[in-house]
Amino acid sequence: MKKSNEPFWWAMFGAGGVLSAFFIPILIFLFALAFPLGWLPAPSFDQLEMLTSSLIVKLFLFALIFLSLFHWAHRFRFTLYDGLQVKHLNELIAVLSYGTALFGTVAAGWVLFFG
Amino acid sequence: MKFFKPDQYTIYYKGYPKLYIRVKPIFWWLKKWTSFRFILRELTSLAVGYYAVILILIINAINQGSETFQDFQSWFSSPLAIIINLIALALATYHSITWFSLAPKAMVIQIGEKKVPGFLISGMNYGAWVVLSGALIWFFLK
Repeated sequence: MKKSNEPFWWAMFGAGGVLSAFFIPILIFLFALAFPLGWLPAPSFDQLEMLTSSLIVKLFLFALIFLSLFHWAHRFRFTLYDGLQVKHLNELIAVLSYGTALFGTVAAGWVLFFG
Repeated sequence: MKFFKPDQYTIYYKGYPKLYIRVKPIFWWLKKWTSFRFILRELTSLAVGYYAVILILIINAINQGSETFQDFQSWFSSPLAIIINLIALALATYHSITWFSLAPKAMVIQIGEKKVPGFLISGMNYGAWVVLSGALIWFFLK
């Protein structure tokens, strides 16, 4: 029997699911709606710059982005598979989904640690 | 060899007992409320992935300096962005709710002989979610 790497992707999916469930809604609310639209007083640019220069915040953001992307990749892959019934493209979709997540993870690492 | 059970999408030709053709329409999940909810739950991943990308862009804009950051901020005020972000917020919230309500199935906690009941595990997750969200708002507003 071929060894399956499904448990690995599932673990990433699970970890990303937990982190994103706790943090994504409030972060969307604050940083995509409340702050830019002036519903709540926004932190100043300097404060944000200071915040994102701290190593703990960097590591947290990296974990959140990286795991959220792999959560998306795994779930989206199976949405196409079960929902839209595109079973014949299964391998291509897997490569594209996880590949996109990997690309985003490299981009996140780049802007956080080398930007 | 693969087997599948014939269902309402199976076309069966009389006289050809081994020939099954299964035609499932792309939007099969719109026919039933439960299957629609299932696909909606799966589609919440789009909001999660979308916002991971937005976070990368925000961090990049902060790195580029305050002018780029302000330009990027003004994008959030466009009507299209507001609609997209409201939908993303709704989907992400739905993700959290479905995730925490399934938590008891993923983590079974035992104290001595007794199993901690599912609603308590969900409840702890919901509680932690509310506390964390409140703490973040407080942190940014103080």
